[in-house]
Amino acid sequence: MTMLPFLAAGWIFLAGVYGMVTSRDIIHAVGCLAVTQSSTYVLLLTVGYRRGGIAPYFTDTPLRTRTVDPVVQALALTDVVVGATVTALLLALAIQIRKRHGTVDPDALTGLKG
Amino acid sequence: MVPTTDLLPLAIAVPLLGAVVLVVVGRWLPRPAIDALVTVWAVLEVGCLAWLWLRTGDGHSVSWLGGWSPVRGESVGIVLVGDRIGVGLALLTGALVLAVVVYSWRYFDEPPEAHAGTFPALILLFEAGMVGFALTGDLFDAFVFFELMGAVAYALTGYRIEDPRPVQGALVFGVVNSLGAYCSLLGIGLVYARTGELGLAQIGVQLARHRPDVLLSAAFVLIVTGLLVKAAVVPLHFWLPDAHSVAPTPVCMLLSGVMVELGVYGTARVYWVVFSGPHGITHAHLRAVFVAAGVLTALVGAVMCWQQRHLKRLLAFSTVGHVGLFLAGTALLTPAATAGTALYVAAHAGVKAALFATTGVLLDRYGSVDEHGLYRRGRDLPFVGALFAVGGLGLAGLPPFGTALGKAVAEHAGEDEFPWLPAVFVLVSALTGGAVLRAATRIFAGAGPRPRDQYAGTETTGGGEEPEIRDPQRRVPVPMLVVPAVLLAAALAVGLLPGLGAALAHAARQFTDRTAYTTAAIHGHTVAPSTPVPDVGWSAEGVLLALASTVLAVLLAMAAVWGPALRSPAVGRATAVCDGVGRRVIVPLRRLHSGHLGDYVAWLAVGMAVLLVVMAV
Repeated sequence: MTMLPFLAAGWIFLAGVYGMVTSRDIIHAVGCLAVTQSSTYVLLLTVGYRRGGIAPYFTDTPLRTRTVDPVVQALALTDVVVGATVTALLLALAIQIRKRHGTVDPDALTGLKG
Repeated sequence: MVPTTDLLPLAIAVPLLGAVVLVVVGRWLPRPAIDALVTVWAVLEVGCLAWLWLRTGDGHSVSWLGGWSPVRGESVGIVLVGDRIGVGLALLTGALVLAVVVYSWRYFDEPPEAHAGTFPALILLFEAGMVGFALTGDLFDAFVFFELMGAVAYALTGYRIEDPRPVQGALVFGVVNSLGAYCSLLGIGLVYARTGELGLAQIGVQLARHRPDVLLSAAFVLIVTGLLVKAAVVPLHFWLPDAHSVAPTPVCMLLSGVMVELGVYGTARVYWVVFSGPHGITHAHLRAVFVAAGVLTALVGAVMCWQQRHLKRLLAFSTVGHVGLFLAGTALLTPAATAGTALYVAAHAGVKAALFATTGVLLDRYGSVDEHGLYRRGRDLPFVGALFAVGGLGLAGLPPFGTALGKAVAEHAGEDEFPWLPAVFVLVSALTGGAVLRAATRIFAGAGPRPRDQYAGTETTGGGEEPEIRDPQRRVPVPMLVVPAVLLAAALAVGLLPGLGAALAHAARQFTDRTAYTTAAIHGHTVAPSTPVPDVGWSAEGVLLALASTVLAVLLAMAAVWGPALRSPAVGRATAVCDGVGRRVIVPLRRLHSGHLGDYVAWLAVGMAVLLVVMAV
């Protein structure tokens, strides 16, 4: 097992967080949130990866065939659904913010302070 | 007769089904029919959970979904596990949802034209997420329910999409909480990589066979980061005041009443079942770190609460303060402290929801939640004022409110290890209760001179809020007065009913016993916990400390209201000292709450990094 995919997942996560911290555009920030989420896909698929394993379908292959872990794939799929919902909701809110505040720059949103 | 194994999934299915029905039929039914339908549904769910509470007794209810029961301790199935702490939180959620549903009968008189069923459907969906989170025995399921309640909560916060502030608060809430949830998922991935299990009990068993290493600490920190974001622990709390001050009032009642507390519950559950075993994270280590985090949160919340003039924001910060106390209480890791915290959470939910509900009446009448702007304007609402003041006293911990009892039990459990802990409890409840009493005195009694603006920086005032209903000239609807009164009575009952305290004492003993949970979840046996049942009755010391915090709260409120009118050199000197402290400490602290998305994300990263360092050493 190599460390590289784990480090890659960590890097993607940090890249997304950096993007959100420095973002000047809410839509960009929501995109960065999706980037941090992709790090969870990378991590989950890495965890379930087996060298030489094939996709976990047993319809036309013997039961002893080496496959990758199907559990993490189910987790990643659930994660994709959750992510799609949240991203869609946040983008809808971003549209409303543009309409109501006339800006998508987090620096210009000063309604809630102190 | 429904078997207990079916009651657990039923408790999650009932509100989910209700949400679907409401969305479907909400297009055609008139408003009163929708209100009646959702009320029936909320009652049904409360009944289901109450039945589950009775059936669970002092043991665990376990349900393997789809009949995938374990064979020789191994299973690929997904499990729901309820003990009385988890079921009790679910029941609290159900009761509060019922209160919110009744409160909203006349609250939103302007639903979206085509979809009157949307709001109640979202409330039921929110309930399903919270109940599922409280009852799940599976780490990944916990993440899914966490995200379900999160996503619904973002939508509910931004429900009034035509109003500029709610959409901003909802976006910040959504981004910060989702980021926390993804941290949790990374941690779950690491735990799965190490153990090949997703059930809480199974992971705990597998982890006990490994040596502790950095991976264990990292996984723990990542998992609890998401939960601590939900629990609004400093410095992951910044989203909370922004979201709670702008969400519709009925939603605030749920957010502050139970959702935030579920974060603390999740943290404690994950620690006890998964990480507290042999080769895990030691009790001493966890206690030191999390009591410190809780105390910091409590102090920041209380100080910020005192500074607010926006009433909902004031109540939101008081939630931060109290959640800090809850975290410190559970982190003491004793059955007594856990039982005390459980009582405190139950009573706090009633008091805080009642306070939000009465604030909703003010918003309804005057279109403002600004303490300064509302000065003397509430004098024609004496009953509302009385409810608000009683809520303030309850928050400060006036005996025999349940808040006082829970606080006293937790203080007593912690004072051997941390002799200064009772002082923190007294100070935090006095500051938060005092802030509410100060507002009540100014708004409803019109006492003292007109408050002046003291803070030089930008602040959220709470004036010019959009009223959430159409006709401010009508009488205050009866449900909007009855619901807070009933909630306050319930908070009083928590302190007065001896049976509840005894039940929670047994429940806390089960909650803090890892072996009992694991055996029940995997093997289906019942193991009696080894620790003795803690004593959770009233004690003379507890009553005195509770009275002390109440008196301190009243004194603080009086000093704030009438202090500026006094003319004497001593008062002048005291004011000068306060102003000096304010400039050096409080103004920088308030500036940190900048409302800026990037700042909040940066604080989340900082908080996680600090937690990682202190948990790894």
